[in-house]
Amino acid sequence: MTAAAFERALDMVTRVRGVRGAMLVSAADGLVVAEHLMEGIKGPAVAALAGSLSNRLGRAMEAAGVGASVFWHLQGTQGALLVVPAASGILVVAVTEAEVNIGLVRLELLRAAGAVG
Amino acid sequence: MSTRAVESWTLAPLKQFVAEAGARLVLLMTPAGQVMAQHGFSRAVDVMSAAALGAAIMASTAEIAKQLEQPPFAGLTHQGQAHGIFLGAVATGRGKIIVLVVYELEHSSVGLVQLFFEQLATELAAASPKEGVPKQVLAADFERELSDSLNTLFGR
Repeated sequence: MTAAAFERALDMVTRVRGVRGAMLVSAADGLVVAEHLMEGIKGPAVAALAGSLSNRLGRAMEAAGVGASVFWHLQGTQGALLVVPAASGILVVAVTEAEVNIGLVRLELLRAAGAVG
Repeated sequence: MSTRAVESWTLAPLKQFVAEAGARLVLLMTPAGQVMAQHGFSRAVDVMSAAALGAAIMASTAEIAKQLEQPPFAGLTHQGQAHGIFLGAVATGRGKIIVLVVYELEHSSVGLVQLFFEQLATELAAASPKEGVPKQVLAADFERELSDSLNTLFGR
């Protein structure tokens, strides 16, 4: 997949109103693959912590016998972190404002994950 | 896992780094390979080998950067099947410190190590005494200095 294709995948997510940024993160390494973030969002920090969380969450879900994770929604007081793991081990991450259409962002994250592979 | 320091000001930042980055082994040393602090090592011989190899790798990569007419590399990462190694340099009031980190891929990642390494660098720079660089160890004193450091690190 090319850098332009990654950009297109992120573009689908960031077009939704209330999304402050989107990233593709290598889940195993916690490194940024591609990002489209507003100023003030610490991309490498979000990527590292999302990668770590993905690892732990995966193990928790395996232990609980509920299968692989499909979508996470972490709601904070000033925004939310939404993540969809793609099949290739890439996490599609969206950082949003508190008031955002979660369903629409989820849909775009799933589409982006499909495009990333 | 034990965390010990020859230079006490390195201890708190090192402990915090280990907790946050999920590191398995950490070594703080001078570019000459003199050990300042360690976490997770149980044998002195392992510390000596790791310090010598870490310092040598940093010296080699610094020379490669010089040949390329570039500033020294900020960090070096090597990832295996179950473990990863990270080497980076930190500027402090006591001179440059080399940090060697070994992490398990199951419990940490290169992203986490890099993230908290930046914090470690800031904290070491802030905590370091400003009265100048420590004296160079002369060849004649090297064995005694090494022995003293290892005694401190392994509580002998």
